[in-house]
Amino acid sequence: MSPVRPLRLVWVFPDLLSTYGDRGNALVLERRARLRGLPVEIVEVNSDQPVPTDGDIYLMGGGEDLPQTLATRRLLADGGLHAAARRGAVVFAVCAGYQMLGTEFGGADDAPVRGLGLLDMTSGRGEQRAVGEIVADVDPGLNVGRLTGFENHQGVTKLGPAARPLARTTLGTGNGDGTEGAYQGRVLGTYLHGPALVRNPALADLLLHWAAGPLPPFPPQAEELAVRLREERLAAALPAQ
Amino acid sequence: MDDNTRHRSRLPMRARVATTVGGAAATVSRLAGKGDGSVIGGVISLRLAPDLLSLLAAGRQVVLVTGTNGKTTTTRLITAALAPLGRQIASNIYGANMEAGLTSALSRAPDAPVAVLETDEKYIPAMVRSTRPRVVVLLNLSRDQMDRAAEIWLLARRWREALESAPDCRVVANADDPLVAWAAGSSRQVTWVAAGQRWREDSWCCPHCGSHLLRNGDDWSCKECGLRRPPVSWALYGDEVIDPAGRGTALDLALPGRANRSNAVIALAVADAFGVQLGQALRELRAVSSVAGRYTQVSRRGVDVRLLLAKNPAGWLEALDVMAPAPTPILLSVNAQGPDGKDTSWLWDVDFRRLRGRHVLVGGERRLDLAVRLEADEVAFRLVGTIDEAVDAARAVAPNLEVLANYTAFQHYRIALGRVQ
Repeated sequence: MSPVRPLRLVWVFPDLLSTYGDRGNALVLERRARLRGLPVEIVEVNSDQPVPTDGDIYLMGGGEDLPQTLATRRLLADGGLHAAARRGAVVFAVCAGYQMLGTEFGGADDAPVRGLGLLDMTSGRGEQRAVGEIVADVDPGLNVGRLTGFENHQGVTKLGPAARPLARTTLGTGNGDGTEGAYQGRVLGTYLHGPALVRNPALADLLLHWAAGPLPPFPPQAEELAVRLREERLAAALPAQ
Repeated sequence: MDDNTRHRSRLPMRARVATTVGGAAATVSRLAGKGDGSVIGGVISLRLAPDLLSLLAAGRQVVLVTGTNGKTTTTRLITAALAPLGRQIASNIYGANMEAGLTSALSRAPDAPVAVLETDEKYIPAMVRSTRPRVVVLLNLSRDQMDRAAEIWLLARRWREALESAPDCRVVANADDPLVAWAAGSSRQVTWVAAGQRWREDSWCCPHCGSHLLRNGDDWSCKECGLRRPPVSWALYGDEVIDPAGRGTALDLALPGRANRSNAVIALAVADAFGVQLGQALRELRAVSSVAGRYTQVSRRGVDVRLLLAKNPAGWLEALDVMAPAPTPILLSVNAQGPDGKDTSWLWDVDFRRLRGRHVLVGGERRLDLAVRLEADEVAFRLVGTIDEAVDAARAVAPNLEVLANYTAFQHYRIALGRVQ
């Protein structure tokens, strides 16, 4: 039997896009893959390095306006992320990283900036900053259930016909029109910021499934704490239910 | 008539009434057990006289102290280091660091010719305008409670603009933090201090042009725009302070940790700007052993408990550095109330792997967030409720317990242990 090639998680530009514990997404994917016996390699790529094209899952975090614009320019010039997405790699981005995936977003002073064009959507600046807990129900076709997380952004995002909303909000702002996040093929983004996968193990598993195929089960006690945390946060966010 | 009396009598009647009424409100608040009263007193005074802070600051030598971490401790250390001046010093020692807190500190010491004021990062531009400081101290900038604080590149830009329009003000700044160095770089008079930078996750890129910085030890430079670490006149080197003459002197502080040695070197540079000799200032710094309950050692049910407060990833990194070695158990505690920031994402920026193999206890209102975080770093732990449950668990292992908590979790334990100072 040939040794299994490790699953490659590529964290794109942690030097520019890492604001709110974004490392958590890489750590959760790593843990849930290892629990299933899948070897994992995390590759951190800084903004002065080329983006490798042979990754399985690409992660992009949050950032302020200037770093967001700089990171986008560099990714457009580099082309590595686009090459990987074309061959079907998974891309998962949160907050500023999510906005970057669209065709346009609002940069410093809300001047429009050309995005990466990996999701059919545009983002601009809303009137009010959305800060707080967010709860949203994921597109039933994805079999992920309910999202719980924290958002902190001033973006308003409009999806085009090729992108589908990831979820519908029950609490919080998300895209600004009752939807939250977007996905198109295996490119997926969300306004849940930072370690969005920590409280949403099913979303982590969706990304792993896209990258590695059907996933073997693991003992339930290995995720007992994550499930408790998820239930505690959902109960705190929606006390009436 | 000395300086002090002259200062007090020069205040307009309106300002004198405002400080008296505000002071009364603060006393009522203290008696009612609602904290030390500095915020409510300041708020009422400011409502009566909105320009009160400028009036109160006029004629005094003001030092503003800001940065993400170390504000309270450095304010305390500077106040101590200036004691050899023999003059009364106004200070907001309880950490009320916005406009009302500063107003309250000045109105409670109307005759103090010197003021050392901890100032919230966001308020620096407004406070520079209204207090016309003689010295502004910039310690460091890193991610902190981002659900309520401004983004740090934006903060650095606001500091830079504020200092550019205050030409008479001396800035004492940490040259090792690129964001701080860029913010201070617009000022005409800067005392650069090599105070070190343990946390680097917010300064891999150039604050001026955004290019990835070249870093070599503490040195840093940008190959694109040429911004670089400025030459320093003061430095922290191990446990020594290197003064502008190049002489090394052992710090020998009572306060623990690299971060406090860094704060002390900054305090010595400020004292020097006021003409206090290094030897005299250092003697005062060595006598400081706790700051508003931080670093305090207290005995509880036969266990020596030490309390450490840290509120963000950079602070936790420094605090984990000063923890007593194994087998001393460690209690980590996190809340997410307003003053803590309601978002616990920052826990994922802290590297907990060094706690593998230690006895770790986990408490606080958001203990499950912390538990899941530690699980991901493969750190074994036990969940606890009260401080006494933690103390009892510790006693089975060692005669002491280290406690690291964020703001309201810290205050909760501090009250449970009898409001230790």
